[in-house]
Amino acid sequence: MNIFSLMMSYPFMMRAVVVGILVSLCASMLGVCLVLRKLSMIGDGLSHVGFGALAIASVLGFSPLEITIPIVIAAAFLLLKLTESSKIKGDSAIAIISTGALALGVMIISVSGNGNADLNSYLFGSILAMSNTDMILSVVLSVVVLILFNVFYNKIFAVTFDEEFARATGINTELFNILIAVLTAVTIVIGMRMMGAMLISSLIIFPAISSMRIFKTFKPVTICSAILSVICFMIGITLSYIYATPTGASIVLVNIAALLIFFIIGKILKK
Amino acid sequence: MALITCDNITLSYDSRPIISDLSFVVSQGDYLCILGENGAGKSTLMKGILGLLKPTSGEIKYGDELVQSEIGYLPQQSDIQRDFPASVSEVVSSGCLNKCGIFPFLKKTQKETVKKNMDFLGITELSHKCYQDLSGGQQQRVLLARALCAAGKLIVLDEPVAGLDPVATNELYALIKTLNKKYNISVIMVSHDINGAINNATHILHLEHNDMFYGTVKEYITGEFSKKFLNINGGNNK
Ligand SMILES: Nc1ncnc2c1ncn2[C@@H]1O[C@H](COP(=O)(O)OP(=O)(O)OP(=O)(O)O)[C@@H](O)[C@H]1O
Ligand SMILES: [Mg+2]
Repeated sequence: MNIFSLMMSYPFMMRAVVVGILVSLCASMLGVCLVLRKLSMIGDGLSHVGFGALAIASVLGFSPLEITIPIVIAAAFLLLKLTESSKIKGDSAIAIISTGALALGVMIISVSGNGNADLNSYLFGSILAMSNTDMILSVVLSVVVLILFNVFYNKIFAVTFDEEFARATGINTELFNILIAVLTAVTIVIGMRMMGAMLISSLIIFPAISSMRIFKTFKPVTICSAILSVICFMIGITLSYIYATPTGASIVLVNIAALLIFFIIGKILKK
Repeated sequence: MALITCDNITLSYDSRPIISDLSFVVSQGDYLCILGENGAGKSTLMKGILGLLKPTSGEIKYGDELVQSEIGYLPQQSDIQRDFPASVSEVVSSGCLNKCGIFPFLKKTQKETVKKNMDFLGITELSHKCYQDLSGGQQQRVLLARALCAAGKLIVLDEPVAGLDPVATNELYALIKTLNKKYNISVIMVSHDINGAINNATHILHLEHNDMFYGTVKEYITGEFSKKFLNINGGNNK
């Protein structure tokens, strides 16, 4: 506990923890529906687009979140349309867009001469990246994401479980697909600074997959996913503070450990 | 005006026509059974009627102030993904959401509807169980309960008795008849049970690969088209 209060005495750590907890909550809940709808690729694609947008923003001297969020939301619409049109072609289209954005971002950052330090922090995250305004904006946005997700939870379940039934019986599935895409885009952009463009999608995928090893109904899976995600984040960031390891990578490794544990518990429970 | 008017519709997958130039109407209070061999395009037609698949030509019109949120739908089982973490009550409740409009939660009356339909289909004890761990027939009952929750003016059922035991089958036919007669809910049902269809429906649409029949049950029994099918099934028209 001593280490913890010491850690929180640094303002940048405090900011990272607050935003990190909120992002973990958003990502893990949205992750349950993205994973179940086999859309987790979209998370990955969006984070790479976000990286490209971040690079452009930094070169042009704009504040990062305000430029990146609209670009990534636009990309979310595009990717959703592509996956709807055809499953196989959609897959390659996502890969084309995400690698394209990644290459563009790398190019912009190296040409602009900001050097490898920037590149590294964009790709793999940095807890120093967040300013006070960033934090306030992040908190507001993630609270909005959490509220919308919980208010529309029932309909999000219906659309995730059986989209055709939902559409056939008069639920505006288009609207909820867009809602999920926008919420995912916002969550990814907020989390990307800390986790890095390469690692942010792990927050979407791991908690959901882990929870599904043990729980077999939707609500418990969502709740477990949210709690697990926050716990993994806290352990990860504390470890990274103590051992001076990269934050994003530490959190991912803790998530992998959690997945292993849940996998084993799931196997034992089945017997 | 009729509830549903299909006017010379053609339904296709990837520009391969599955159903061509089909016309029929469903009026308020009708009970239409759709018969036909595997692959004849029955499920495809259901998707057309529900607006999930746009006709490549012709038109499907809703009349009598029918709106999408008054339709209950039971998809053919193979259409649902099997490894989804969902409890029975979560699945059945999702059938009521179309009545909520933009209001995000179930109202009290809707919760009662959920309970009533689960009771009726004998799945109340299963309500906290996981959908993927149920037997095929139990899953069918869950999806039926969901369809009943969603139904207002029309219920569309794709092979509802598939996987049900004989008792449940008879109960289901009786229930659908009650919905149809007492609550004036129109029924469109895909079935392979030709006798069940003749005994319960008011209209028959029989799709074959190169041929089709549409008319009342009486016309169907007395007409030429049904001869070979009724004989295979032991004949019910004596
Ligand atoms: N999503 C799809 N894409 C392409 N072709 C399809 C698709 N779904 C069905 N088909 C084709 O359309 C034809 C009709 O299929 P449909 O499912 O409507 O038959 P059905 O009459 O419901 O058969 P069953 O009695 O087996 O349920 C089949 O030849 C099938 O191969
Ligand atoms: Mg079918």
